[in-house]
Amino acid sequence: MSIITTKDLFKIYNAGSEIEVRALNGVDLNIKEGEFTAIVGPSGSGKTTLLNIIGGLDQPTSGSVIINETEITNLNANQLIDFRLHNIGFVFQAYNLIPVLTALENVEFIMMMQGEPQDLRQKRAKELLKAVGLERETNKRPNKMSGGQQQRVAVARALASKPKFVLADEPTANLDSKSTAQLLDIMANLNKEEGTTFIFSTHDQRVIDRARRVITLDDGKIIADE
Amino acid sequence: MIQIIKIAWRNIWRNKLRSFVVIFSIVLGIWAGLFIMALTLGLNEQRMNGAINTYLSHIQIHNPDYINDPNIKSYISQPEQTLAALRQNKNIKAFSERTIVMGMVSSSKGAYGVRLMGINPEQEKQVSDIHTLLTSGTYFTKFKRNPAVIGQKLADKLGAKVRSKIVISFQDLNNDIISAAFRVEGIYKSSSSRYDEYNIFIKRDDLNRLGHLNGKIHEIAAICPSINQVDEVVKSLQVAIPDSKVQGWDEVAPELGYAQEMMSSVIYIFMGIILFALAFGIVNTMLMAILERRRELGMLMSVGMNKIKLFSMIVFETIFLSSIAVPVGMLLSYLFIQYFAHKGIDLSVAAKGLESLGISAIIYPYMPGHYYFSITLMTVLVAFLSSLVPAKKALNLNPAEAVRSI
Ligand SMILES: Nc1ncnc2c1ncn2[C@@H]1O[C@H](COP(=O)(O)OP(=O)(O)OP(=O)(O)O)[C@@H](O)[C@H]1O
Ligand SMILES: [Mg+2]
Repeated sequence: MSIITTKDLFKIYNAGSEIEVRALNGVDLNIKEGEFTAIVGPSGSGKTTLLNIIGGLDQPTSGSVIINETEITNLNANQLIDFRLHNIGFVFQAYNLIPVLTALENVEFIMMMQGEPQDLRQKRAKELLKAVGLERETNKRPNKMSGGQQQRVAVARALASKPKFVLADEPTANLDSKSTAQLLDIMANLNKEEGTTFIFSTHDQRVIDRARRVITLDDGKIIADE
Repeated sequence: MIQIIKIAWRNIWRNKLRSFVVIFSIVLGIWAGLFIMALTLGLNEQRMNGAINTYLSHIQIHNPDYINDPNIKSYISQPEQTLAALRQNKNIKAFSERTIVMGMVSSSKGAYGVRLMGINPEQEKQVSDIHTLLTSGTYFTKFKRNPAVIGQKLADKLGAKVRSKIVISFQDLNNDIISAAFRVEGIYKSSSSRYDEYNIFIKRDDLNRLGHLNGKIHEIAAICPSINQVDEVVKSLQVAIPDSKVQGWDEVAPELGYAQEMMSSVIYIFMGIILFALAFGIVNTMLMAILERRRELGMLMSVGMNKIKLFSMIVFETIFLSSIAVPVGMLLSYLFIQYFAHKGIDLSVAAKGLESLGISAIIYPYMPGHYYFSITLMTVLVAFLSSLVPAKKALNLNPAEAVRSI
């Protein structure tokens, strides 16, 4: 069953002017539940733009994005926020966590916004942190953790809301190779064991090698999909 | 929402210097506002009390004609009845009858127009504090023949000292010119040099004898046990002696009452200016705090923090800062004002100008409790309003832009 469908997506910055940029130039894409997909391509090829539009953070110039039968390109700003909260997990390259909250509180926070009761939140947050191998760091704040640990908290946070899929824009860009491998192990594991759908962008060949599907973008177009 | 409040609280301690600057400026604003207010109120209160104690007393009674034209012929028409009414009134603590005549005083140095206040020294002491304001000499205790107590300013102009001879002249009831030699027994200095320049005190007996004014009264000054009783006593006396005009101090010198009212509006305007500057500071600082955290706020919006929560978070941050600052500012101002209310602030450097306005050189700040309350309220309100601008700004962040801008 496909959970993400994009139809004829265009994103054009500064349309009509001399500095017009076609960040997305007609993207048709279909992603099924349980995929572990990498989006690759040279810098400026439109990876971030695509992920942002799929994630409802940005609107396309034309075309549509359908997630589980909801055409999110038709939602207004408030509906989008709510949709993101309940359907999509995000892992960014950096600045993922709330600096003044501990790892546990960061993971709990998203469930709190969903209105989960406290005992349930705490239990699940602890489980998730254990799943990403951070059961001993639960009470640390982000600035007391390594970059790799922070990204793992971000993955736990992304999963806490029980999303349909997780979007990760270059999640390993700031990590050393050991942390990168660790993070990918965790993501691959969650994908295999829990069936969590992951879509991530990357430049890193080692990351690309772990993906089960690789979509290559160039100049805002899909040039390969294998 | 509790979580949001917790985050907001922790957020304000992330940049301690900035939070301190905001807190400090609120404290300073409150302190400056309250202190200037207390100073102004104290000044006014002192001016009012000074005027009442020295010149006005609580209640004055005249012939109705005397008020527009203080003429020697406008004496109180039924003195016996009037005095009886005063004696019977339980709320009259003391009163003093005065014979008042406009005249001239002269020495070898010159002649000046003055108001001759014929008083009974013992009575007068109870309604006015002039006898405590002598800079030299005595108050009608030493000289047997025609003693006079004159103001410092007049003494300077006349070149008179204690024991100096001065000549007083005036027109009596028959328009005959009366002249008599007096001797300066005391020289007083009140807080108003304009008053000192114009008012000479002599014994009522002397004035009555010279001017053939026996039994005539131009003015009765009375005081009540408390200033709060004045209105009520004025009313009841006026009923008892309908032929005379009974006035409370605030009717005799309405400008003092107006000054009080005007002062409080000036104070609020002043406070408004301070608070405006404060709001400006808060808005700027909080805007900076938001721009600095764009990516973090963008992340929060991306993962699903809704606008109400984001907005509340920023508003709470500002409110927390002010709720730390306001009590500190209040306490500081309170201690400061109390200290100086006790000790006084010496303004004698600038006092020359003040004295001619009836203001003494040492100011005792004074602040009724309700002003603390209204200023607190105003400050909190302003802090709240100024938090809305940055909070609104945060809402306008585009999550995609905010997370992208690395
Ligand atoms: N706000 C914007 N205004 C104008 N052009 C933009 C804007 N955002 C992105 N672009 C342009 O759109 C194109 C695609 O950008 P995008 O960030 O999606 O590329 P990317 O594949 O993520 O690159 P990278 O690998 O460097 O992250 C680029 O040419 C970029 O300069
Ligand atoms: Mg990118």
